Amino acid sequence: MTMETPFAITLPVGSSLANRTGSWRVERPVYVDLLPPCNDACPAGENVQGWLYAAEEGDYEAAWRALVADNPMPAVMGRACFRPCETACNRAKLDQAVGINAVERFIGDFAIEKGLGFDRPATATGKHVLVVGAGPAGLSAAYHLRRLGHAVTIYEAAELPGGMMRYGIPAYRLPRDILDAEVGRVVDLGIDLQLGHPVEDLAATLEEAKAAGRPFDAVFLGVGAQTAKRAYIPAGDSARVLDALSLLRSVTEGERPLLGRRVAVYGGGDTAMDAARTAKRLGATEAVIVYRRNRERMPAHPEELEDALGEGVKVKWLSTITHVAEGTLLLEKMELDETGFPRPTGETEELDADAVVLALGQESDLSLVANLPEVKVDNGWLSVGPDQMTGRAGIFAGGDVVGQDMTVTTAIGHGKRVARAIDAYLAGSRYERPARHALAGFDRLNTWYYSDAPRTVRPRLDAARRVSTFDEVVQGLDADTALFEARRCLSCGNCFECDNCFGVCPDNAVVKLEQAVRGEGDVFASGGAGRHYAFDYDYCKGCGLCAQECPCGAIVMEPERA
Amino acid sequence: MPYQRAKFYQVGSFAVGNRLLAPSERTVQSSLARTNSLTSGHRACQGCGEALAARYVLDAAMAATGGKVVVVNATGCLEVFSTPFPETSWRLAWLHSLFGNAPAVASGVAAALKAKGRADVRVVAQGGDGGTVDIGFGTLSGLFERNDDVLYVCYDNQAYMNTGVQRSGSTPPAARTATTEALGPEPGNVFGQGKDLPAIAMAHGIPYVATASVADLHDLEYKVERAMAFRGARYLHVLVPCPLGWKSATAETVRLARLAVESGLFPLLEAEAGEVVAVTPLRHRVGVEEYLRPQGRFAHLFRGAGRPDIVARIQQVADRNIARYGLVQEAGE
Ligand SMILES: Cc1cc2nc3c(=O)[nH]c(=O)nc-3n(C[C@H](O)[C@H](O)[C@H](O)COP(=O)(O)OP(=O)(O)OC[C@H]3O[C@@H](n4cnc5c(N)ncnc54)[C@H](O)[C@@H]3O)c2cc1C
Ligand SMILES: Cc1ncc(C[n+]2csc(CCOP(=O)(O)OP(=O)(O)O)c2C)c(N)n1
Ligand code: SF4
Ligand code: SF4
Ligand code: SF4
Ligand SMILES: [Mg+2]
Repeated sequence: MTMETPFAITLPVGSSLANRTGSWRVERPVYVDLLPPCNDACPAGENVQGWLYAAEEGDYEAAWRALVADNPMPAVMGRACFRPCETACNRAKLDQAVGINAVERFIGDFAIEKGLGFDRPATATGKHVLVVGAGPAGLSAAYHLRRLGHAVTIYEAAELPGGMMRYGIPAYRLPRDILDAEVGRVVDLGIDLQLGHPVEDLAATLEEAKAAGRPFDAVFLGVGAQTAKRAYIPAGDSARVLDALSLLRSVTEGERPLLGRRVAVYGGGDTAMDAARTAKRLGATEAVIVYRRNRERMPAHPEELEDALGEGVKVKWLSTITHVAEGTLLLEKMELDETGFPRPTGETEELDADAVVLALGQESDLSLVANLPEVKVDNGWLSVGPDQMTGRAGIFAGGDVVGQDMTVTTAIGHGKRVARAIDAYLAGSRYERPARHALAGFDRLNTWYYSDAPRTVRPRLDAARRVSTFDEVVQGLDADTALFEARRCLSCGNCFECDNCFGVCPDNAVVKLEQAVRGEGDVFASGGAGRHYAFDYDYCKGCGLCAQECPCGAIVMEPERA
Repeated sequence: MPYQRAKFYQVGSFAVGNRLLAPSERTVQSSLARTNSLTSGHRACQGCGEALAARYVLDAAMAATGGKVVVVNATGCLEVFSTPFPETSWRLAWLHSLFGNAPAVASGVAAALKAKGRADVRVVAQGGDGGTVDIGFGTLSGLFERNDDVLYVCYDNQAYMNTGVQRSGSTPPAARTATTEALGPEPGNVFGQGKDLPAIAMAHGIPYVATASVADLHDLEYKVERAMAFRGARYLHVLVPCPLGWKSATAETVRLARLAVESGLFPLLEAEAGEVVAVTPLRHRVGVEEYLRPQGRFAHLFRGAGRPDIVARIQQVADRNIARYGLVQEAGE
């Protein structure tokens, strides 16, 4: 190699780029997408970190579109969901969990305000699916089936869609205009929703459809658990005993049932909390929950209990009702055995009450499948396989009717899974859940890079004011606080473009992809779609600094291939 | 820390960049336009803190001066791994002469530039801790005393690494080196010796003295930029962990620098005309043990029953720094 050298320079100088230090490497860094704990915990399978990423940029429409890819009802979620994502959130170990649910609500409300609509399905498959029940499970299944191009008919027994979102959850927690807006948007996808249309005998319904020349190629049963469970309690003639579901339903239908001044609610679930709070709003001066175990063992979500206590609801712990007479109840004190099971003590006391509301749980009315012996029932719930299919090919079920983790969010998650399973079934295959990415646990984070910030707590209506009205109790975030809250996300296991890897490499072996290719022969391994960095394995020595200093754990070191 | 950290809660301004920050709030290193003063293909060990720091410092100096920098380098790893003939990793004007004379050569370059009326071209001299606190100390003190227009940067890896990890005047107490064996009742380097060069530089009353580490890039770049705003002699002392000499994992380089700072053993400060004007407060204070334990050069303090008495003496050093410089401050940045 000969070269002109400048004045007084006697030797030509070469660049160290000729020295490919990548050959020193025994381990190589690789970019990965891990599963953030929030996504892992979401029963609706939301990509929480993914939509927060868009929200961090203030692009709420993109955030909404990313969110509704999994869950069509973010504004409902932002009010009714019990937030397992926040329980799992890694940020809780740093200061406090990200207010995921508050941001979700903000995004949902934003979309309603801006009138955002779903993309219409691009294709029509010619297949026709029957959905029984327009609760969250049925609506979610219908939504995802429509997006996959299938025709959907919903038969719903009630006069309005929504299931327990409408007839169970009270309006002070889920305002009906919000519910109507999000349900309406799903139906507007071109779903044939037939209200006041109970399915009494599914076998007959399927036959009728066939005879009418518009058969169903698959069925989803999302009939919920709509019947209140009963318990035998000896009662005098004039005692006023009613169940929580009918109380809540009649309030939804615009009635104001007379309960009297003193109301006892029997049970310890969320329905009991809602019934007691509703009784207060209907004018009861005293609402007392009677529950046979203690606070630690109560199935109601702690926040629901807090809200009820905050409104003046009282609780009689470790008590059962043994007799109901006009104006008074006989309670028996209980104690817990070693397994936490309550047993009677024989000790009794009286409690003044004008009415008793039973909130002892719900069960499903499965008479519609009585003529389909392959559809198996287990312990009062429909049995399904991992793809939500019942014993009868083509008939699927999900939501409360399968009796697992009975929440709106789980119902919506089942609806999505069922839609995928039906889609596979209609194509002649069977749905397999895709393998999950490895979890981005807290120990994978390098938290030094995240600064400390308190959580934005949603303002609450003054407790004294809210008990007299059915106005919404929890208020939303404004745009500033929503942005702030979204930006508290640590982006666990997924690159958020902090440039740390690009900065900390002592060998300049991390490339930002916009960067011009440097010298001849440099080959950059692609970082993948949407990824703005890549490793230059010609020079990477495999020190592992980039992986160690990535704040969110999005780089792993792998043994070098021989 | 007289500059404002961005109030951005996902990463604050602690990461190198962030897609959500305005470019002015990101570091020079986050930019595609950074000089890459020390480019790929150099022969530094895996995870070398000195190679990283040199690029950090010089890219910042290049950014601050519009690319008008001449660098003078003392002998040491940084010179040896970057320029094995016929290759060089330097992408700026760079001179090397000897182990002990970098400050003198830099003074000469500054004088020559002055004579030629090229005040726009700035001189940066750099060397390891051996080249700086020991063999180059006399000429460095002269440079300070004459207030020559040079920024001198010491990359402190706390021993003579290039020749096989011999003790320097910057080796910390109890550290094992090739010349301070981990033997006897007082294993490793002795207590009470060594030179605190930032303090010595301050005692010269030069315009600007600062300390920095490879663990806080925003802080480091701010200090380089600030140094380039002064004329006259300036001194920057950067802590650069060395996986070879510290017997630490290659991926731990930045973390160890962070722990050195957060334990109080390596205070980050700035001084003007001999007076401390700012310190970087500790964000998450840690005990010295957390810093010492991952390093093989301190392994003898933890083997068997260990030497809690020696660890306690090192903790006293950290506590003294924290008290002396007020490194633990009340909440609120
Ligand atoms: C008082 C109360 C409060 C609750 N609060 C919360 C909460 O805050 N958060 C939360 O996540 N979950 C809450 N839940 C639980 C949640 O409402 C349910 O888990 C969820 O609604 C179940 O959805 P689903 O679609 O499976 O059934 P459902 O919501 O029960 O919907 C079933 C639908 O099917 C229809 N249907 C039934 N049988 C037939 C038939 N034979 N033919 C045609 N249609 C039929 C029904 O009319 C109904 O519309 C609450 C429940 C109650 C009772
Ligand atoms: C006058 C002289 N003595 C000894 C040497 C051998 N030598 C080269 S580099 C070096 C040590 C450098 O140590 P330091 O300055 O701390 O830099 P590091 O290698 O640790 O980065 C020594 C002793 C030399 N080059 N010149
Ligand atoms: S910090 Fe963000 S990505 Fe991590 S768990 Fe919380 S919400 Fe999910
Ligand atoms: S920091 Fe650089 S050299 Fe080290 S593993 Fe990462 S890319 Fe490779
Ligand atoms: S260090 Fe930052 S830029 Fe690099 S992968 Fe991790 S999050 Fe992305
Ligand atoms: Mg050294």
